[in-house]
Amino acid sequence: MAKVSFRGVSKVFGKDVRAVDNLDLEIRDGEFMVLVGPSGCGKTTALRMIAGLEEATSGDLVIAENRVNDVPPKDRDIAMVFQNYALYPHMTVYDNIAFGLRLRELKGTLWQLTHLGDARQIRLDIDRRVRETAAMLGIDGLLARRPKELSGGQRQRVALGRAIVRKPKVFLMDEPLSNLDAKLRIQTRAELIRLHRDLGVTTIYVTHDQVEAMTMGQRIAVMNNGVLQQCDEPETVYNKPANKFVAGFIGAPPMNFLNGTVNEGKIDVGPFRFGLPTAHPARSMEGQAVVLGVRPEDIYDTKNGVQVPVTEDNTFEAQVDVLEKLGAEDTAYLVAEGLNLIATLDPSSRVAAGTKSRFAVDLDKAHVFDAQSGHAIR
Amino acid sequence: MSPVRRVAAYAVLVALAAFLLAPFVWMGLVSLHPSRSPIPDLATIIPRQPAWDNYATVLVGTDLPVARFALNSLVVTSLVVGGQLLVCSLAAFAFARLDWRGRETVFALFLLSLMIAGPVTQIPVFLMLRAVGALDTLLALVAPGVGSAFGVFLLRQAFLAVPRELDEAARIDGASHWTVYARVVLPLSGSALATLGAFAFIATWTDFFWPLLATSSLENRTLEVGLSVFKDSYGGTDWPLQMAAAVIVLAPLLLVFLALQRYFVRGVTLGSGK
Repeated sequence: MAKVSFRGVSKVFGKDVRAVDNLDLEIRDGEFMVLVGPSGCGKTTALRMIAGLEEATSGDLVIAENRVNDVPPKDRDIAMVFQNYALYPHMTVYDNIAFGLRLRELKGTLWQLTHLGDARQIRLDIDRRVRETAAMLGIDGLLARRPKELSGGQRQRVALGRAIVRKPKVFLMDEPLSNLDAKLRIQTRAELIRLHRDLGVTTIYVTHDQVEAMTMGQRIAVMNNGVLQQCDEPETVYNKPANKFVAGFIGAPPMNFLNGTVNEGKIDVGPFRFGLPTAHPARSMEGQAVVLGVRPEDIYDTKNGVQVPVTEDNTFEAQVDVLEKLGAEDTAYLVAEGLNLIATLDPSSRVAAGTKSRFAVDLDKAHVFDAQSGHAIR
Repeated sequence: MSPVRRVAAYAVLVALAAFLLAPFVWMGLVSLHPSRSPIPDLATIIPRQPAWDNYATVLVGTDLPVARFALNSLVVTSLVVGGQLLVCSLAAFAFARLDWRGRETVFALFLLSLMIAGPVTQIPVFLMLRAVGALDTLLALVAPGVGSAFGVFLLRQAFLAVPRELDEAARIDGASHWTVYARVVLPLSGSALATLGAFAFIATWTDFFWPLLATSSLENRTLEVGLSVFKDSYGGTDWPLQMAAAVIVLAPLLLVFLALQRYFVRGVTLGSGK
């Protein structure tokens, strides 16, 4: 187990494609860290640099207090699970799992021939470890099969087995669930969390799926355009996004953004006026352009299940354009004076598509961002 | 396809096949007529008593060392095929998987060499071998055939089709370049290797001009060259013996072709699309 650090790490492809830009990030010993962001944000490149599959253009990559920039992948004591699993198609499941152990511990044919006793002992040991790992993942019945004879979920387990069996210091996972169907993905998500809890190995997990990030990460690092936007615990990233990008990326349905201007300590958005909590720093930004961010679940139908006092300063009238009934909640697409908003409503709400209703916003939970920089104002 | 069209199609195919097979069948049948008999006409083409001893006569019954020719051919062909697979696959691995300065330029030079007709290089190669005193040796027959720009190209394309993640997974598993080559890339390129092996086999086995140039003593001749001597000194008008000799040359080719048929087809269409 080990701490992993990126210290001012950049990766430039070709002349001027900055895939990762001056990344500073520390992953604690035994932590499950998720790197999340849209495709092309640099998360996979960051992971590949730790694996040693890409060279960092500048900065230091540190595993367990050792700078590893110039250490080949095999000597970094890491294991990686690839998006498409990268199982060796010509080997059985058993051989796929045992391959790395054999390479590391049986030191070449000559050594084996001159150390018959030791080699035999090591082979027995490898066999035991392969079988233990397979049993732990429930694939002990598949050891004689080849990857093409396995389902996606089984392949996934073999790929995990190949990583686990070596007992590395760090697990690297590059979107390992993206090739699974929805049901299997949710199931495997929970299994990965359990596995991490049982093994306690430092894990860096890359995904573009914010739900995966929120549910799996002890901390999550949100990246965009090669730049780290925010790194914190999931609740903090959700409740206190550092900027507009993070606010919009984390959460589904996404946060509503309303362009407005600060006026007498309130925010004017088109014909609507929203009051701000008394101590909010944005109140002093008289006349400046800001973006008001409201999560869908912080918008209520004023006639039903409203959780906030309804006042002039927090309500607006809107037409319900589309209503999606999901069972546990309803998603309402609202149109109000040229503004489009999404609201998550209690299913007991009686709004109907095509009708007008009055909605209230929980402004204590609203976010204000600088219109220019996108930084959160709080 | 309607039954009528199907029958018509098969009829055409059968006719074509018969047309292509006829010379070989004729060769086989004539080789079984008694030695020194004239070319039989179609009515009597099937020998009443197959003269199998024609084959023994060709192999051991003359003062030409035909068995030796066959051995030479076998040794030379095996070494060229084995050598070509090893050398070309190593070079192809370097072109497909290793990053080094000038890689694309060197590869372009390789491709350029494909445009030079074989006979153009034979005289320089001959002079080089003479300079090192290697003419009329096994080396002279094997060495020039071991390197092949076509082989490097064919295998490079095949190696490029092996997903890179497999190399990366192997590297993280602890593999060196050599291990990636031998245990990941080669086993996954079996059909390309078989294709190249089959091409190399045919090219070497049937080669006439180079062995004629590179060897001078009778016992170093290959089958192809040796039997041309046979035709002049014994075959003459002895058609059955001559056809028996032809069968001996052709049989291994037919076996290889039948065994590796699908790889030939793949080799011909390789690179024409995914």
